[in-house]
Amino acid sequence: MANMFAFAEARGGQLRKVAAETVAAARQAANATGGGQVYALVLGGPGIREAAMILGGYGADVVMVVEHADLGHDRPEVWAATAAARIRDKNCRAAFFSASAEGRDLAPRVAAILGVGLAADVTSFEMAGDVVRVRHPVYTGKAIATLRVEGTPAVVSLRPGAIAAVEESRTCSVESGTPAIDPGTAKVVVTEVGSRGAAKLDLADAPVIVAGGRGLKAKENFALMEDLAAAFGNAAVGATRAVTDDGWRDPADQIGQTGRLVSPQLYIGVGISGAIQHLAGMRTSKVIVAINRDKDAPIFKVADYGIVGDLFEIVPRLTEAVKKVRSEG
Amino acid sequence: MKIAVCLKRVPDTEMRFAIAPDGKSVDPTGLKFEISTFDEYAVEVALRLNEAHGPGETTVIGIGPDALAELLRKALSMGVDRAVHLTAAEVPYDSLAVAQALAAELKDGGYDLVLFGRNATDTGSGAAGAMTAHLLGLPCVTAVAQLELAGGTGTAKRELEGATETVSFPLPAVLTIDEGIARPRIPSLKGIMAAKKKPLDVRPAQLGNAGVVVEKLELPAERQAGRIVGEGADAVPELIRVLREEAKVL
Ligand SMILES: Cc1cc2nc3c(=O)[nH]c(=O)nc-3n(C[C@H](O)[C@H](O)[C@H](O)COP(=O)(O)OP(=O)(O)OC[C@H]3O[C@@H](n4cnc5c(N)ncnc54)[C@H](O)[C@@H]3O)c2cc1C
Ligand SMILES: Nc1ncnc2c1ncn2[C@@H]1O[C@H](COP(=O)(O)O)[C@@H](O)[C@H]1O
Repeated sequence: MANMFAFAEARGGQLRKVAAETVAAARQAANATGGGQVYALVLGGPGIREAAMILGGYGADVVMVVEHADLGHDRPEVWAATAAARIRDKNCRAAFFSASAEGRDLAPRVAAILGVGLAADVTSFEMAGDVVRVRHPVYTGKAIATLRVEGTPAVVSLRPGAIAAVEESRTCSVESGTPAIDPGTAKVVVTEVGSRGAAKLDLADAPVIVAGGRGLKAKENFALMEDLAAAFGNAAVGATRAVTDDGWRDPADQIGQTGRLVSPQLYIGVGISGAIQHLAGMRTSKVIVAINRDKDAPIFKVADYGIVGDLFEIVPRLTEAVKKVRSEG
Repeated sequence: MKIAVCLKRVPDTEMRFAIAPDGKSVDPTGLKFEISTFDEYAVEVALRLNEAHGPGETTVIGIGPDALAELLRKALSMGVDRAVHLTAAEVPYDSLAVAQALAAELKDGGYDLVLFGRNATDTGSGAAGAMTAHLLGLPCVTAVAQLELAGGTGTAKRELEGATETVSFPLPAVLTIDEGIARPRIPSLKGIMAAKKKPLDVRPAQLGNAGVVVEKLELPAERQAGRIVGEGADAVPELIRVLREEAKVL
């Protein structure tokens, strides 16, 4: 029986999808040791407490809430100090973070404070007696490493989407607390957060990603991708570096070795050749669909399903078909 | 300004890629090695900062085997002033063990800025920078996509998911560099000649104990042979059918 810690990320007063993933992972880990308490930590501005209650549905026994006016957004030093203190206090065997943008920043800081290594961007894990064993894609996705994480606590960050947010309802209590350090003493200060359209689903949160490449020919043509995403209703639009380099899409939309690493349920690549650097960011997707007019494009080698042909004919038809399926329910 | 850049030697994975007989490392036969992508961006950022802000010194620091020297020389030929080679026959996977050796080298260096890559392209961990910062007691900003410095204070932009964040931080500081901030320059012939005379210190790396170790390395499970469901827009109904019935994702 061992206690587990999960960092449950919140943004804009709401918990993110990755919060449920880390809590579900911690539950799974605790169960593997024959039970144990799952402690979820939520930091945020006033009001975050109510939003945090849903974590009981994913297996949290205790939700530790830190509400503070200065914690409405990313505060890496405060988050890290508070997470490390709670992991120690609750004597947790392992601590789970998301390898989201915030989590990738946070997890190494926490590991360093605790004086342990980090198993980063993990796609699966296993509690095996004295060790925690994890898998993680390395060498830009060319290989998968199995890593042994020795020592306690094991600090692990999970690739968004890789571990399902399985529901397991627990009677969950709330512990309110204060940050481990005064947010006013932080040296790194966030001065501005520019939202890129709060209504837009982010790549990390989207079960479906439709990604466009240079085959789309022009910036305006990404309207086709936006329409396809809208037809799904739960999709985000991604891009290749060729596209972000040309300024057709925001750099944050780039998927790949030097962009975002994603693992959606469904990835649809449109007018994308499938360069190794792009594949590095999406090959762990559950189902991959490719649309390309070149039947020899490398993306077909990793795609589960493909259509060969002109995207300008195929995508509008696909959008209509998806709309129809969705409206039928 | 005194700027240090931590630079890792990694295999170019676009070349042939095979796993060594030990089942936990890469077979180096026929591999070409290069400076890890983001670390090369970091070198470029350091050079530009010192070009823009007047006299300064840029140092590159790397931990690795003898063959790392070649890549440190490459950084010198890009315009870096000085290199430190911390020798280690093998580089541990664990970023904390690496960070301990880097922190030991950096701590008395009097650097205003220490730059890292966002992550090494081999491990893909993205941890050594923040860990080194913690060991040095310095503020740290990760995944910096834009950077400005003025009067002992830095301003950085970071890409979060669905948001862009602007942060300010005091110097000295540790930063990890994201893509997009600066494409690395190609060394000039003059640079290559000059690099031969620049200082390259060699000393053993004081690595920490590794708590995260590679047990096994394997090629990714080949994705089940996919299939082309058809050609042109007429294949759309079949695609919809397989997504619903076989893949069950629609
Ligand atoms: C260090 C480094 C890091 C990199 N990091 C990344 C990264 O993170 N992410 C990334 O994506 N790339 C990255 N790249 C770039 C990568 O190597 C490729 O250049 C890039 O992914 C190609 O983008 P693309 O597929 O959009 O374009 P292209 O390779 O030009 O492919 C366009 C495709 O569209 C198809 N097409 C054209 N017209 C049509 C049409 N009408 N209908 C259907 N299909 C059509 C073509 O057949 C072709 O296959 C990196 C490169 C380097 C060197
Ligand atoms: N062996 C090394 N020598 C020098 N710097 C390194 C080494 N390993 C990692 N780094 C630095 O730490 C960054 C992050 O590495 P990692 O935590 O492995 O992803 C790299 O981009 C480098 O800047």
